[in-house]
Amino acid sequence: MTYSYAFLDEATKRMIRRAILKAVAIPGHQVPFGAREMPLPYGWGTGGIQVTASIIGRSDVLKVIDQGADDTTNAVSIRRFFARTAGVATTTHTAEASIIQTRHRIPERVLQPGQIIVYQVPMPEPLSRLEPRVVESTKLHALADYGLMQVRLYEDIARHGRSASAYNHPVMVNGRYLMSPSPIPAFDNPKMDRMPALQLFGAGREKRIYAVPPYTSVKSLDFEDHPFDPIRAPHPCAICGATDSYLDEIVTDDVGGRMFVCSDTDHCEERAP
Amino acid sequence: MYVSVKGGEQAISNAHAWLAEARRGDAALPELSVEQVEQQLTLAVDRVMAEGACADRGLAALAVKQSRGDLIEAAFLLRAYRTTLPRFGGSLPLDTGAMRLQRRISATYKDLPGGQLLGPTFDYTHRLLEFSLAAAGEAPPPAPEMEPEEPGPPPRVTALLAQEGLMAAEPEGDDDTPPPDLTRDPLSCPASRALRLQVLARGDEGFLLGLGYSTQRGYGNNHPFVGEVRMGEASVEVVPPELGFAIDIGDITLTECQMVNQFKGSLTEPPQFTRGYGLVFGHNERKAMAMALVDRALRGAELGEDGGAPAQDEEFVLYHCDNVEATGFVEHLKLPHHVDFQSELENVRAMRAAQQ
Repeated sequence: MTYSYAFLDEATKRMIRRAILKAVAIPGHQVPFGAREMPLPYGWGTGGIQVTASIIGRSDVLKVIDQGADDTTNAVSIRRFFARTAGVATTTHTAEASIIQTRHRIPERVLQPGQIIVYQVPMPEPLSRLEPRVVESTKLHALADYGLMQVRLYEDIARHGRSASAYNHPVMVNGRYLMSPSPIPAFDNPKMDRMPALQLFGAGREKRIYAVPPYTSVKSLDFEDHPFDPIRAPHPCAICGATDSYLDEIVTDDVGGRMFVCSDTDHCEERAP
Repeated sequence: MYVSVKGGEQAISNAHAWLAEARRGDAALPELSVEQVEQQLTLAVDRVMAEGACADRGLAALAVKQSRGDLIEAAFLLRAYRTTLPRFGGSLPLDTGAMRLQRRISATYKDLPGGQLLGPTFDYTHRLLEFSLAAAGEAPPPAPEMEPEEPGPPPRVTALLAQEGLMAAEPEGDDDTPPPDLTRDPLSCPASRALRLQVLARGDEGFLLGLGYSTQRGYGNNHPFVGEVRMGEASVEVVPPELGFAIDIGDITLTECQMVNQFKGSLTEPPQFTRGYGLVFGHNERKAMAMALVDRALRGAELGEDGGAPAQDEEFVLYHCDNVEATGFVEHLKLPHHVDFQSELENVRAMRAAQQ
């Protein structure tokens, strides 16, 4: 008994590719698809894995990151999965990868035309916390009725003085669909706007695929008098000295010792002396 | 310090080696065989087949062994295997009325054609630990056998009620339209009853049990009686296109529950009884009965009943009863989330600074 190339059978891959094509044609719109059970648990990247499995070819070079790092356990596990089932070359270098599967980050290095970034998405519906009913939220998208989200942002600002969504900050795609950027830090949101690479989003448990084609407008939701203002720890990276990268805070002792280092390990290694 | 979040590769290998060792337990004791699991932990195997949505006792038993007895993990293993299998086609509808019965009871009649058949049940056992089982002993003597009073399959209780016109008729199935397939197309609401039953049939036993129980305690009560619970073997028949007629490809063990529920009638319908339906692989009455209660609760809107209870809420029930999905998403919280948490941290610090 052997498994198909990249695990999924060919009919399933075709079905997923059709969903991806539809998603690319309607930027930001969530396309339902017949997600399969994968040999990794739901919530651990099954959507992203199915998207990657459907687009990956033998000549592709795959990079997998989780929290920005190539060597976090789940990234290791997914990279191994594709090395085993598709026999593809893998890399940790953003510049060398043709497909980058990610959880919670966008690499610091600007992605290039021809590259594809595949996001793992836990909750594809940006309105789910405000309207948990799928039947209702589908209607709100059809009507482009995003008042609920505007009111939530307004209430955040009225109460806290700033938007309280530090990650998974909703974006408007191509001026039409409200979209969850997946739980990336708000710091990464601007990278999505007019990105030269194709952005694909897979949500396995929720069984949706969506996409942002290259060079598409992606605007983080905000107000004219309260423009979108992403946040970053106000430090340089302790290893490479970067002042413009997103940082992880590492607790070094139990008396308040902290060190801040790049979350994007490839970026940091390239810059480190 | 920074190294502590690195080195995932080696850590994963070591963890898996430890898992294998822990699974085996004390190597001085004989290893549990898959056949032993299949024969002696039959109800665990049945549950894994039902929630794993794959009627294969051998594979389900292997999954139970591999998962160290974690039945949700076992159902997940079976599902992940099942999804790779080619799909040849559908069977004809199973004729559960013609099942070769091991058990059949009705709570609505003292006696009825075909009789009450208790079968291998825990009912009426006293739940006292049998310390004699702790020591290996002889196989028990075979249970006495009895001839059925009447030959042939006993009639269904719901059919007896239907003769009197007291049982609401189920809408006729449409043979030309294939039933929806949850394993190929994503769930969408509002769901047809066929789709709802598919979801419930592989739904988590515990979740459905809790929901069914909640209807009995007043959260969407539907006045249930067990019209009939039956367990036995049903034939699976398929019509291969090259033959054009049905052939029997084997038997599967099923548990079916038909719940009979009071219905006061509406403007267009006279007072009558309605049905909640449960069907599950293997021997699992708890699941079949809970499923029937929840099925009936989900029909509330169709029957014009006041809704609002959790068990009557289709989206709530159907999107949350799959334990493979639920366990994945709940347990994914243990994956690293430090990037998001960092953002929250800086945000809270900024908000506190602004307040002071």
